[in-house]
Amino acid sequence: MPSESKSSEIDRSMKLPGLLFLLSAVAWLLTGTVFALLTSIKSTFPGFLANCECLTYGHISAAGSNSILYGWGGNALFGVGLWILARLGRRPIPMPVMLLIGGVFWNIAVTLGVGGIIIGDMTSVMWLEMPSYATTILAISSILIGVWGTLVYRYRQPGPVYISQLYILAALFWFPWIYITAQIFLFYLPARGVVQVVTNWWYAHNLLGLWLAPAGLGAAYYLIPKILGRPVHSYYLATVGFWSLALFVGWGGMSNLVGGPVPAWLVTVGIVASVATLLPVLIIAINHHLTVMDSFDRVAADPSLRFVVFGTISFTLASLIGCVLSLRSVSEISQFTTVMEGNSQHFVYAFFTMIMFGAFYFMMPRILNCSWPSGKLIQCHFWCSAIGITLMLIALYGSGWIQGTQMTAIGAYGDPVHGDFLQIVQNTIPWLHARTASILLISIGQLAFAANILWMLVEAARSCYCGMIGAAKDAQGEKFLPETAAS
Amino acid sequence: MKSLPIIFCGLFATLALSWAGIIWRGQEQLGGLQPMSEYYAIDAVSESFRFEKPQKDETRNPEARVGLAQQGKAQYIGLGCVSCHTQQVRRKGFGADYERGWGARQTVPRDYIRQERVLTGFSRTGPDLSNVGERRDSANWFHAHLYNPQAVSPGSTMPPYAFLYEKREITQNGERSAKALELPTDEGYEIVPTLRAEALVAYLQSLKLDYNLPEVRLPEEPQN
Repeated sequence: MPSESKSSEIDRSMKLPGLLFLLSAVAWLLTGTVFALLTSIKSTFPGFLANCECLTYGHISAAGSNSILYGWGGNALFGVGLWILARLGRRPIPMPVMLLIGGVFWNIAVTLGVGGIIIGDMTSVMWLEMPSYATTILAISSILIGVWGTLVYRYRQPGPVYISQLYILAALFWFPWIYITAQIFLFYLPARGVVQVVTNWWYAHNLLGLWLAPAGLGAAYYLIPKILGRPVHSYYLATVGFWSLALFVGWGGMSNLVGGPVPAWLVTVGIVASVATLLPVLIIAINHHLTVMDSFDRVAADPSLRFVVFGTISFTLASLIGCVLSLRSVSEISQFTTVMEGNSQHFVYAFFTMIMFGAFYFMMPRILNCSWPSGKLIQCHFWCSAIGITLMLIALYGSGWIQGTQMTAIGAYGDPVHGDFLQIVQNTIPWLHARTASILLISIGQLAFAANILWMLVEAARSCYCGMIGAAKDAQGEKFLPETAAS
Repeated sequence: MKSLPIIFCGLFATLALSWAGIIWRGQEQLGGLQPMSEYYAIDAVSESFRFEKPQKDETRNPEARVGLAQQGKAQYIGLGCVSCHTQQVRRKGFGADYERGWGARQTVPRDYIRQERVLTGFSRTGPDLSNVGERRDSANWFHAHLYNPQAVSPGSTMPPYAFLYEKREITQNGERSAKALELPTDEGYEIVPTLRAEALVAYLQSLKLDYNLPEVRLPEEPQN
């Protein structure tokens, strides 16, 4: 039986694919944030860059969400997820070049897709806006990467299996399935009528709940116990939490169709599932929060843990709010407003992205064998992100709730209280300015993050170069030694 | 719970359940809907509108969208209008869609069966468009609104789509194009819609909820 691999050996096997995924993730994050910033400015100043068709509002808002979901989300998930799988399986990645190929094609697909959206080839189906020339490559590369994750798990060292492995395997397996199903039912053999809308919400809800969420939760389940050096609060509960999440999340998206042209039972199923999701959310909250309960000094001191704990708290909050938003009396007001956008940002940025930041801070020094050059930049990144995303959530939830109550208010004589639609639009504008400010703050944090990574790469390259020179000198020395000995 | 096949069976089964329960059941219930006239007889066994009672001069609804309007839908898709506009009317009593005049009746699954891509939308940054072709009757209004929304609807945050229009010099004898818009512009110039703008406006004008279906009828009284 082969002996257990050292972690340095595992990290070395993940170095190239890990760097590819992590660096392209950061590049997409910055791209997506630029699109989000332009979108937010345009939503209050419609004349801004209005003569450029490529940058019209409909294009850049879709380009932004696709860059963040598939570019940032996908790359971060693959990089961090596969590294955790290899670490927990205590074996190096077999044939890492296949992961490189998968990663290169994934990024080609996202580039084609976002480019296609910009030039107007978009499909206008939520979160599936990429044109068909990108989607096939995206699907195939996700299968390739998923198969490699499965291989890493299959050839692990015998020993305990952790809940993180289950979460990450699930994310790798579920994505190709929901993606290909949605592509078939929406574009290749389009379903008739509103079955398309049903499929779209099934996909969109699962993209967050069964792809990004399991990856974020899996990373948190790995990082919190690892950094604190203590086991998760309850291992038995963790397993129950995983399988109940798997069972309930898939149905939850239907609550978004309330009031729409679909049978009422579909909406009811969605609401019941959203409420049932409270069970896994509670279990996950108990496990994540109780494990860090007595160690808040460590959370404040550790760069990774700060981000991860912020992310886990956001997961609990976003899920609770999502559950409330699924109820008919609430969604009557919140539907079609920025409240819904706020809830998805709560999941994508405040939860998933923050945990991924924490994972990057933990993983990059290990695969590069180098420490972070600047603690100040990490501080700046954390506070800009934490304050920025909080401000954004307040702005989106606030503006949406005002928009929703004014849109639905009916007076005593059956006439709308706020009959002038344009006045309601004007009432949301101060909140949307706050959103623009929040994105500016977030992007300052991201620039600090990117600068720190670049700096670290330069340091790593220099030490690698010095190491090479040192090794060359040693080799020369060895070569000379026998001669001197002979003489 | 360590064995790979068992894990994959579990992962497959949990998602397959939701797929079967939502998409497959939905397809079973809604996938067979046909255009129908408003005159029907209920099938006593299945309680569905199984039999039509044909009358004179009736049409089956919804009608297919053809010609320029259908080309306009491609523009609607390619420009991403769906990011701010819905095309669905909620029932009276749920929200205020009826009171806002966005549609005299709610939309039902049958309304969408002839659309190859269904864009019910998810955001109402702008108003609902299910019935916009009835609300606004002139093509000029649509053109003026698309060219410069703020001029027509002060305070609107809709982006201008001036790139769908051509600003060109009026030729020597001063004769304006028949399609030129009634918009203020520089002396000696006129603004003419491109084919894309004409198609988009034809599409918007074709968005009407002015027909009855067996399951839902327009109110008898005309809306005030």
